[in-house]
Amino acid sequence: MEKPEFVYVTYIASTPEKIWHALIDPETTTKYWQQVNLSDWKPGSKWEHRSGDEKRILRLVGEVIEAKPPRRLVISWAFPADEGDEAKHTRVTFDIEPYRDVVRLTVTHDRLEPDSDMLKGITKGWPMVLSSLKSLLESGKALPKLW
Amino acid sequence: MTRVDVDSVFKALADPTRRRLLDSLRANSGQTLGELCRNLDMTRQAVSQHLGRLGDANLVATIRRGREKLHYLNPVPIHEIYERWIAKYQRRHLVALHALKRKVEGGKRGKA
Repeated sequence: MEKPEFVYVTYIASTPEKIWHALIDPETTTKYWQQVNLSDWKPGSKWEHRSGDEKRILRLVGEVIEAKPPRRLVISWAFPADEGDEAKHTRVTFDIEPYRDVVRLTVTHDRLEPDSDMLKGITKGWPMVLSSLKSLLESGKALPKLW
Repeated sequence: MTRVDVDSVFKALADPTRRRLLDSLRANSGQTLGELCRNLDMTRQAVSQHLGRLGDANLVATIRRGREKLHYLNPVPIHEIYERWIAKYQRRHLVALHALKRKVEGGKRGKA
């Protein structure tokens, strides 16, 4: 049996450019995710997921696998402690496609270990993050703090 | 979420067969139509029709892998319902429930 894989889809009344910006801009991600994603977003570069407060606590690390702004971003996704252990690197793909008069954002998270802490965290986390992102882009207001 | 979207989510969830389909996808994500038919012992046509309704409500997401179309439970619309009607009131709810519990339990201790 393959490793568990999750697909999250949300339709957002916005543009691909704005959604792309909302995934990588620290000021925006702090509003709806309370975290920041830091990188130069070039394939092969590292990226870091840190807390959005001034402490900037390191939460996740990974590499940019593919970046085609504003349509597709593929990154590896791991706890800092697992940085040296590639078997524990999971993978996240963001697909941003215009759909009728809105935009479909699909987040696919795979290469997850069954019953891992990462799996538990992301199954709770992605629906919250995506709902909050949608709310911010559509109404200008993010959902109340997630964590 | 627009009003139409909420309607389609509730309508999709109102059917027990569709809820079974979601349960099956929750247990095994990324199933093909054929696998879903086998696991639920239903005809292709019936499953396909129900998947259509679930897809319209964005409760099921599909991904193409080569020739196969894989189906996934997409919990985002249900989370939006939670945010709209539950999350905001949860705190008040819990306080009220707690007060009620204290009142009805009065001197009688027992089942929570």
